[in-house]
Amino acid sequence: MAERVLMKGNEAIAEAAIRAGCRHYFGYPITPQTEIAAYMAKKMPKIGGVFLQAESEIASINMVYGAAAAGFRVMTSSSSPGISLKGEGLSYIAGSDVPAFVVNVQRGGPGLGGIQPSQSDYFQATKGGGHGDYRTIVLAPASVQEMASLTVKGFNLADKYLMTAMILADGTIGQMMEPITFEDVQAETYDKPWALTGTGMQRKHNVVNSLYLKPDELEKKNFERYERYRTVEENEVMYEEWMMEDAEVCVVAFGIASRVAKNAVAAARREGIKVGLIRPITLWPFPKEALSRAAEQVKAFLSVELNMGQMIEDIRLAIGCSRPVSLCNRTGGMIPDPEQVLASIRDMQKGVN
Amino acid sequence: MKTTRILIAGFGGQGILFAGKFLAYKGLLEDLQVSWLPSYGPEMRGGTANCNVILSDDPVGSPIITDPDVLIVMNLPSLQKYVDAVVPGGQIYVDSTLISEKVAREDVEVYYIPATQMANDAGVPTLANMVMMGHVLKNNPELTFDGTEATVSKLVPPSKAQLVELNMKTLQAGRGYGA
Repeated sequence: MAERVLMKGNEAIAEAAIRAGCRHYFGYPITPQTEIAAYMAKKMPKIGGVFLQAESEIASINMVYGAAAAGFRVMTSSSSPGISLKGEGLSYIAGSDVPAFVVNVQRGGPGLGGIQPSQSDYFQATKGGGHGDYRTIVLAPASVQEMASLTVKGFNLADKYLMTAMILADGTIGQMMEPITFEDVQAETYDKPWALTGTGMQRKHNVVNSLYLKPDELEKKNFERYERYRTVEENEVMYEEWMMEDAEVCVVAFGIASRVAKNAVAAARREGIKVGLIRPITLWPFPKEALSRAAEQVKAFLSVELNMGQMIEDIRLAIGCSRPVSLCNRTGGMIPDPEQVLASIRDMQKGVN
Repeated sequence: MKTTRILIAGFGGQGILFAGKFLAYKGLLEDLQVSWLPSYGPEMRGGTANCNVILSDDPVGSPIITDPDVLIVMNLPSLQKYVDAVVPGGQIYVDSTLISEKVAREDVEVYYIPATQMANDAGVPTLANMVMMGHVLKNNPELTFDGTEATVSKLVPPSKAQLVELNMKTLQAGRGYGA
């Protein structure tokens, strides 16, 4: 068995990124994710990599854009307000079809908000963030182990589909320590014939660009891109089902909220309530089929979120509003305790009987 | 061991997070499932600090502790804040050098340890946290004292190896208190 080591979630991301072949990190400090930058600052110079603290978030995302265009595995990390600043760059990266890896360890918002854990950037992550028609692969770890494994997965997916993969975590999972191993960390490598590596006078110039002034050309590009997104939706959905076999109520939660929800589901089961959990691991692509399958079996859904109710819209869409969906939430940096979730589950159960 | 939820609280600077790390590494080396969650942010700078540690044979659900099995407090505000949250039958460890108040509850085990005084007497005033940990180990035999030195060695960077001995000294003092 591989050795278990205790690591903070943020450190696990940084170590996994290095193991995935990332040698370029550009960022700007912000709580609660600064350990990622600190880890990179310490490690990158020792392994011939680049750590650069940019003058701003906007500069750092454009450095990511540049290094990605040159074919390097590259990342940046930030927290909610910092990710907003990166929005323009993320749109340019999408419009240029280059792979990038981005981490958002969320804090309470909007505005400068607070520094305690939150999931209120769900809309921003899954519906765009920047302008234009584009998608981002969004991965939602619920443990320190997944912070590592989904980081490697994110780099692989970004290279495979030429788009941004984002880790959407929160302050709790960023700051907590759990034992992890790196044995399931499998970095894949991809040829990048499109990269700006110098022609060596041997080939035509490669061009990385997001400007298309002819609308028919831009439309064609967008159609092609969405064809690629369709294959992501077909092939890359990830989720966990727990205690769903005989469930009459389905709790849906991701990240830290799913950990709290699991405690509540276990407690409800001890009371004889038939309840299960679906935990989306990819928030885009969203596990629509799993939810619509569940809708044939359960009588009601409960969305547990650390925001004012964002994922709940995707649940309703996935099941075509065929079942009632309720919200159990806290926001602003607060986390529901299992008792609150359990009370919501009891209410749902009363409703279905 | 069954799931044990441990909440450690005190002032920033008392080594609250370090004490939590000690328990987390102890669990790691005993092949338990472990989670360690610190408070973070402005309250750590001279204000209150707390740390949630869960040790279990089973995978840890929520790492956030609302009703601890074990409460370790090193200042009065922390005792007042968390005393009622401890589950009936739980344990409360009080640094009695810094907290003169007694716990009024009768449905919990309470241990008063003059940890700050004992650490001062040992010449290492910064290690009152480890005196407390020593007493926690004494009363939780499933966390054996064997392997404690290996745990401390994991926590102390090689450049400060002399601290291993001092940590062991204060752990032993806490373990021996009241014996």
